[in-house]
Amino acid sequence: MPSKNKVTVTAEPGKQELFITREFDAPRELVYKAHIDPKLYVQWLGPHGYEMILETFEPVSGGKYRYVHKDKDGNKYGFHGTFHAMSLENMVQTFEFEGNPGHVSLDCMTLEELPGGRTKATIHSIFQSVADRDGMVQNGMERGVREGYERLDDILSDMK
Amino acid sequence: MRRDVFHAIADPNRRAILSLLASQRLTLNGVAENFRISRPAVSKHIKILKECGLVVVIPQGRERYCEARFDRLGEVADWVEQYRQIWEQRFTRLDDLLEVMKKEK
Repeated sequence: MPSKNKVTVTAEPGKQELFITREFDAPRELVYKAHIDPKLYVQWLGPHGYEMILETFEPVSGGKYRYVHKDKDGNKYGFHGTFHAMSLENMVQTFEFEGNPGHVSLDCMTLEELPGGRTKATIHSIFQSVADRDGMVQNGMERGVREGYERLDDILSDMK
Repeated sequence: MRRDVFHAIADPNRRAILSLLASQRLTLNGVAENFRISRPAVSKHIKILKECGLVVVIPQGRERYCEARFDRLGEVADWVEQYRQIWEQRFTRLDDLLEVMKKEK
């Protein structure tokens, strides 16, 4: 096992943006390919325990995408957006959770080559408001983690 | 294997152990008495909770006492950490995929 690459999330209080960085032990072309090949994309994007259904995927400028996360009870959570730029250096797309329509974020990703066939990915997400940014997790957009949060509530209520 | 607070609280038995230890410190046997699952199973859960930093085991005389440490649960309440976890899970899967892709190349 190589040393674990950690995700860094930088979100300054009161701002509408956040940054995510992560390094990969793989060349940039492969990291990029995993983002634009639908067969590869579905293998890693969906949350654990959910079926990932990629309905539309047109990773070119002006192209659309839509995918659905389906849980084991059949509940579906849809997401869609538009691609604006698609290149190794610059991937720009909009993102909207259909459970919270009208709240759209802009995601810009760059892939930087590092020595030794490694790659650094940086994602810059810009939201319409600070509340949109901070509320993103609680919105139910990422249920796996929200469930973790609900479990915490169980424990905390037992502690009282 | 993931060893973090999210992993720790993902299992109902581990949540029950934490709830039990919230009000008292107990020996491993003391914890096991409260569960229908086997003592080795309880022991395994305690080990995971230990690795996740939510339980410490303190030797005292011939006994070993389990104590809960709740400081790290704050990570779960913090949305930035939650969001980081989402990407951590996602990119760990991407790592696996990239390993396969490198071999196919």
